[in-house]
Amino acid sequence: MLAALWAIPALAQRTDIVVGLVLEPPHLDPTAGAAAAIDEVGYANIFEGLTRFGPDGAILPALARSWDISEDGLTYTFHLHEGVSFHDGTPFTANDVAFSFTRAMAEDSVNAQKGLFEPIASVEAADDLTAVVTLDYPYGNLPFNLAWGDAVIVSSQTAQTNTTSPVGTGPFRFVRWTQGDSIVIERNPDYWGEPARLERATFRFIDDPSAAFAAMMAEDVDTFPIYPAPETLAILDADPRFVAVIGSTEGETILAMNNRRAPLDNILVRQAITHAIDRQALIEGAMFGYGTPIGTHFAPHHPAYVDLTGLSAYDPDRSRALLEEAGVGPITLALALPPPPTYARRGGELIAAQLRAVGIDTRIVNMEWSQWLEQVFSGKDFDLTVISHTEPMDIEIYGREDYYFGYGAPQFQAIMEELNLSVDPDRRTELLQAAQRDIAENYVNAYLFQLAKTAIQHVDIEGLWANAPTQATDLTAVYWR
Amino acid sequence: MAVFVLKRLASLLASLLFASLAIFLVLEVLPGDPAAFMLGLNAAPDTVAALREQLGLTAPLPQRYFGWLAGMTVGDFGISYTYRVPVSDLIGARVQVSVPLAAYALTLSTLIAIPVGAIAASARNTPLDAGIMGMTQLGVALPNFWFAMLLVLVFSVGLRWFSAGGFPGWDDPFAAMRALTLPAVALALPQAAILARVMRSSLLDTLDQEYMRTARAKGLSQGQALRRHALRNALIPVLTIMGLQFSFLLAGAIIIENVFFLPGLGRLVFQAISARDLVVVRSVVMLLVFAVVTVNFLVDFTYALVDPRLRRPVS
Amino acid sequence: MRVGANLIAGIGLSVFFLALAGVSLVWTPYDVTLLVVGDRLQPPSQAHWLGTDHFGRDILSMIMVGARTSIAVALIAVGVGVIFGVPLGLFAAAMRGSLADEIVMRGNDLVFAFPALVIAILITAIFGPGAVNAIIAIGIFNIPVFARVARGAALSVWTREFIMAARLSGKGSAHISFEHILPNIANTLIVQATIQFSLGILAEAGLAYVGLGAQPPQPSWGRMLAEAQTMIALAPHVAIIPGLTIVLMVLGLNLFGDGLRDYLDPRLRERRP
Repeated sequence: MLAALWAIPALAQRTDIVVGLVLEPPHLDPTAGAAAAIDEVGYANIFEGLTRFGPDGAILPALARSWDISEDGLTYTFHLHEGVSFHDGTPFTANDVAFSFTRAMAEDSVNAQKGLFEPIASVEAADDLTAVVTLDYPYGNLPFNLAWGDAVIVSSQTAQTNTTSPVGTGPFRFVRWTQGDSIVIERNPDYWGEPARLERATFRFIDDPSAAFAAMMAEDVDTFPIYPAPETLAILDADPRFVAVIGSTEGETILAMNNRRAPLDNILVRQAITHAIDRQALIEGAMFGYGTPIGTHFAPHHPAYVDLTGLSAYDPDRSRALLEEAGVGPITLALALPPPPTYARRGGELIAAQLRAVGIDTRIVNMEWSQWLEQVFSGKDFDLTVISHTEPMDIEIYGREDYYFGYGAPQFQAIMEELNLSVDPDRRTELLQAAQRDIAENYVNAYLFQLAKTAIQHVDIEGLWANAPTQATDLTAVYWR
Repeated sequence: MAVFVLKRLASLLASLLFASLAIFLVLEVLPGDPAAFMLGLNAAPDTVAALREQLGLTAPLPQRYFGWLAGMTVGDFGISYTYRVPVSDLIGARVQVSVPLAAYALTLSTLIAIPVGAIAASARNTPLDAGIMGMTQLGVALPNFWFAMLLVLVFSVGLRWFSAGGFPGWDDPFAAMRALTLPAVALALPQAAILARVMRSSLLDTLDQEYMRTARAKGLSQGQALRRHALRNALIPVLTIMGLQFSFLLAGAIIIENVFFLPGLGRLVFQAISARDLVVVRSVVMLLVFAVVTVNFLVDFTYALVDPRLRRPVS
Repeated sequence: MRVGANLIAGIGLSVFFLALAGVSLVWTPYDVTLLVVGDRLQPPSQAHWLGTDHFGRDILSMIMVGARTSIAVALIAVGVGVIFGVPLGLFAAAMRGSLADEIVMRGNDLVFAFPALVIAILITAIFGPGAVNAIIAIGIFNIPVFARVARGAALSVWTREFIMAARLSGKGSAHISFEHILPNIANTLIVQATIQFSLGILAEAGLAYVGLGAQPPQPSWGRMLAEAQTMIALAPHVAIIPGLTIVLMVLGLNLFGDGLRDYLDPRLRERRP
């Protein structure tokens, strides 16, 4: 019936929106879980941090209107906005900042990104509107760390219940969650900043790609910020009711290789694998053309990115020659594929065929996420896996020896150590580029492509993010034309 | 009679107890850790350990089993690991979709099957009968998920008569029924084909019975005899099949619920298995087993009331 | 005895698919492991009779090799049911009225009470997805079916005179069950096996559709459907052909089963559900 009402030419602009999300969040507390869906509902809408990501990835002030850094780089003083209150009416003060960060850093913390707070020694409230963060060592990237969804400010009153009824300071407040179906949020009339233009937003969870297509076509959903079926994007885009918006994400899609295990501990074998892969065919076949080839683990839209795709150009003959040189004989590798139907399942099947063409046999093992996490990620029991690393600026994972693909070379760790301590932008760029080169030249993994943000939306919707510098559906500036 | 009921009741309890143990143990060997699943790629091992502790995953096995059993007897199924709400709340919400959907599908299937089966029986050995039987053969062979896919393509994407899926809730019963219509049709048609065949054969059986011949001899036409006498007697096997189908529809709608993204019990259990939300999985599976076992018990009981010969253990 | 039209149509369809599967062992029009992205989603043509899928694979070749997967899974699952279920049913019939009979039959009811698809998902969650685990998942639910059918049929044979004679001559229950009862219930079992075979094809398609059947690159009808589902707006044939294939195969087996039953027991013709 509502659909019938909408079909009547609207006299007034619409002030509600139905956003399609592929995954339902398990719960709604961004400080207690890694699921991207938690931030896709709550980030910038319900919860805010001291800083935030802007649509272009820039770090913007949020609850902190400004901050000072001491000479020695060890003390950050955040000046907070006045007149901010949580959705339950409790006023927001520097004590809430201290509470939130201390809770995230605590021994029994269940924060999925506890590492973000690692440089912090202590947090104190100098007065109601001034929070002082003291560091263990100079760390230039703190405002970036604090912009993450995992670093949002929660009230001590409601921290325990945020999982099911989230209370933040954002421009929208939580209304209702119908588990398995949808979450509804509405405009917060007491918001401290620029109020939202939408009155109400519904997030609807549709994990089946063909159901997503049908939901768009039937106008049950107004937009999919990350549309799960690139194959039908062109059809929707051609429909005058909708427009596709292709942007960038922080998702580096890689064919990860277990560097600990023979024969992948041999750099020649790893290099051979990278030359066997035809990135263009992969992007075309799995993603229907959406995606940018990468030659290292770094986002191509980042200013410090170096194009190193030439190091691992598609060259099956070279690949066969390298395998010969390595002298490993015929090899069969297990290829673990997590659930995403596009890059992982379709991509995995294509990669298997491409590897077969140079004489490497694979055994495809499809896995659910929980199994992938246990066996591949924690257990490190795998040869190859296709995975998209969606965290922004995560090249440092190559420095961790106990990480699942197991690199952690000393020269790479040295670069990371220097990077953490340097504040000079030029030096930082140099170091980031050195890091990119190191992992490309050592063929740690096969770097495939950067995931594109494939959004589909009603033509009359304005103000949605085109790119995805972090996983979020920021609705603050969204309106209907 | 009392002995029969007591014996069957004891066997029912033993079955449930055995089922609960089987479910619990099977889920214990399931690989995958709910805590690791929730914390993702960047979590440190001690953070995962802290969450395991918080979720109560570190208690010894027997303690968790008996805790679960004791809780269930008072309707407390525990707290979902992932959603962090009581499992009984989750089930309560999902039952509001699954039970009406199963009932809707069963009603549709019955409304189609009984007249179709009766027509085929009364027109036996004519081209009409053969045509109907051919159609039902096709219906039985139809994979319901494929049929659902075609329904969505025609009625949601093409004609836009129905939404492609989702469930608006029961605040607006009209909208709710509308949302359940395509899924119910997708579920009902293959079931209706089976039911129509049962209806036809069971009618043909009764038509040959002694009292039917008497009725015909008394001057009733074939049609009158069919309506007055045969239909009622023929419905007994039909009802048995319907009982079976209802429990099948309750749990068997998983794939259909996925196609139409309906928040039903099947999808709950499917997602809970992927997320290793074992508290939810075991309780929903147990509930479904309980429903089927109880329905079987009631059916046996009713039969025993009607036909004392069936009270002996061998049927 | 007249051979019915059902039986002929059923045999025709079943043999056709068996032949497809058989031929695929030695020859397919194209290599199903060859992915040519540039040729994807082509409509049926001279070169590709049924068109190509999203990886540019020949759909006819996929259907042929997929038939092998479906038939193998369903057939072995029926085998599992027969091997475990029939002896159980014969045992229960031989011990009719005893506690052992009660336990076997209640055990059967209990297996039936479990939601089959949920259990199949659990099995694959434990052992990983794959054709073998699909066989186990489908096979487990075939066991009580055959146990029940075997017991029911055996019970009526037990009352026959020649069994009495055999007992009087001092033969044991096990001996009688296998030597005298089994041959007499074989017809019933064969008909049931055909039905379970067709249900197995549907079940395998369902499992593969949710990603729990045979794993790539091994083609499977259910997975072809699942992967084609999102392409249906681009190239409808990709989703329609595997669906129709499943319908025809199951239809053929059902007709075959019905026809066979009529042929073996003409009294029941027109009476069977």
